[in-house]
Amino acid sequence: MKSPEEIFNFLKEKFGNSVIELKTDKPVDPYIIVDPIEVDKICLLLRDHSELQFDSLMNLSGIDDANGDKVKDENGLESIKGGTLSVYYNIESTSIKHKLTLRVSTNREKPEVVTVTEVWKSADWHEREAYDMYGIVFLNHPDLRRILMPYDWEFGYPLRKDYKNPEFYRGMKVPY
Amino acid sequence: MGLLDQEFTEGNIVITKTEDLFNWARLSSLWQVGFGLACCAIEMMATSASHYDFDRFGVIPRPSPRQSDVIIISGTVTLKMAIRVKRLYEQMPDPKYVISMGSCANCGGPYWEHGYHVLKGVDRVIPVDVYVPGCPPRPEALLEGLLKLQEKIKNESIVKKSA
Amino acid sequence: MALKTEEMVLNMGPQHPSTHGVLRLELQLDGEIITNVIPHIGYLHRCFEKHAEAMTYPQVIPYTDRMDYLASMGNEFGYVLGVEKLLNIQLPERVEYIRVIMAELQRIASHLVALGTYGADIGAFTPFLFCFRDREKILNLFEITCGARLLYNYIWIGGLSHDIHPDFIRLTKEFIKEFRPNVKELNDLLSYNRIFIERTANVGVLPLDTAINYGVSGPNLRASGMKWDLRKDDPYSVYHKFDYDIPVGKGEKGKTGDCWDRYYVRVLEMEESLKIIEQAIEQIPEGDVTSAIPKRVKPPEGQVYARVENPRGELGYFIISDGSLNPARVKVRAPSFVTMQVFPELCKGFMVADVVAILGSVDIVLGEIDR
Repeated sequence: MKSPEEIFNFLKEKFGNSVIELKTDKPVDPYIIVDPIEVDKICLLLRDHSELQFDSLMNLSGIDDANGDKVKDENGLESIKGGTLSVYYNIESTSIKHKLTLRVSTNREKPEVVTVTEVWKSADWHEREAYDMYGIVFLNHPDLRRILMPYDWEFGYPLRKDYKNPEFYRGMKVPY
Repeated sequence: MGLLDQEFTEGNIVITKTEDLFNWARLSSLWQVGFGLACCAIEMMATSASHYDFDRFGVIPRPSPRQSDVIIISGTVTLKMAIRVKRLYEQMPDPKYVISMGSCANCGGPYWEHGYHVLKGVDRVIPVDVYVPGCPPRPEALLEGLLKLQEKIKNESIVKKSA
Repeated sequence: MALKTEEMVLNMGPQHPSTHGVLRLELQLDGEIITNVIPHIGYLHRCFEKHAEAMTYPQVIPYTDRMDYLASMGNEFGYVLGVEKLLNIQLPERVEYIRVIMAELQRIASHLVALGTYGADIGAFTPFLFCFRDREKILNLFEITCGARLLYNYIWIGGLSHDIHPDFIRLTKEFIKEFRPNVKELNDLLSYNRIFIERTANVGVLPLDTAINYGVSGPNLRASGMKWDLRKDDPYSVYHKFDYDIPVGKGEKGKTGDCWDRYYVRVLEMEESLKIIEQAIEQIPEGDVTSAIPKRVKPPEGQVYARVENPRGELGYFIISDGSLNPARVKVRAPSFVTMQVFPELCKGFMVADVVAILGSVDIVLGEIDR
């Protein structure tokens, strides 16, 4: 069983600046912030190293941090410019029984994160859902398309905090 | 009308209006399309199981819409599914009836406010005959909805109404 | 002279008597043998996560019910566990025992639906009626406790909404006495039936390392041979006080991890749940179930990942709080979502009629996949 501090120091030696910091101040779980372009190499080491053996990805979720500036465009509609979108990874080991949380952040205008489908196959649909709901593009993903919304939905990414509903979709009235 | 053969002692000639005969035949054997969307579908399955039996009203599930009379929309209709519901409705032969079961199919249900992908009521795409409220409605409520549909069919006329 | 053949695409559409809900499967066939299956989901996407960001913490609980509508108590349990970890509340013991009893009764009810509809898919209609008859007795127990048959809103943050009825314990004991011989009846009808075994043994085998890499959990993982149960490996609530066993698939009728194993693990789990309920009824202490419910739920800033063992696998809630009355993000990690990813691997090389058998054994609920 390794604690998050030991794992953080171990990764810092191997990867240097790609492993950014370890946050332990807020409840409940501490998490490690890593670079979005190097995350697949870090995860490969986490899975294959004999003392870590993180062989199961429990959860992958995107989030809109909403820490940019709110601007009003000419029609009076509010939107958010700047700021970041993040992705959280919750991983665990079924043999050694320890858990870890990772976090990556990318900018809101052109969000790009490298995929971890090579490491854990269960990331496939989770990443498609993060793309569908937030617009985060996962580089080298085998099949990045919308998964929950209709394939021809062109009104944006629904879970962003500044998302607006369309009036009609294919002849059906959408609002109440 | 009950069991006709208990009413007579001899001779078996019955005189009635054609409308009554057709309506009686239609309401006694409404075959439904096996179409369950969400949580209300489980209550519909429980209604057709042995505790609250659907079969005693003549309602049996058929797999194809082309062989059925009534479609029970049980569950939330999303925008992605609404196009397919419309296609299923158009595939059913006349005379066809629609029972909208549950709060989500009536008016959008608990998802009316922030549901960006929920159709607020299935009557935005197909015409509905009976609405059954509840979330989910009890099996007894669904049986009452069926009885109300039977009453509606009893009062139908095969002559087209003119102004 | 060689015959020229082409691949055919067959659509098992959203309306189908055997897909358990609105699921569209695109089957690519070479004659009758399947080369690839592409599932299309999203026909029941009800925007749970957007609603969770707009409601306050207690108002989210009825929405969590409606995701996996066959195991509502488990859904509420997981969410409430996460929020209580953020708030750091101490619960009365009586609340924990009642939650465990409700979760185990819900597990039995959910497995009864899964087994009944699986038999109906294969072609046996009688087990469906028998399973629903027993399920009505469990729904009666839920109804005298909280008033609802299917979607309860019973487990609240910091406690429960009502205490159990004075007759509840007596009625539960009667139910257990009536239900135990019915499991043997189900075995005689379905499990050891020759036709059922022919259709499900050696069909849809899931090897163990594939299962772990894809993140499969619950009865599907246990049927592939691994003894992994969150109630013993990552215990929550008062599960560590009970004595029960974890059934594992052994490959009795075919290879380990085939459809028959997945079916039989669920039958054995119902018996283990009965043991837990019996022990919990004996040990339940007195107390007040509404004493620890906070007046306003305003957790500090932070994030938590809480998980419970649902009848379909590991249900996880990733809750991020920003210090206000509404959650900033509630992400639900649904077990059926993860299991649908591995479904194309299970079907390759089998025939069209086996797709129905494999889909029934994997036991998905579309409300959970699409949220």
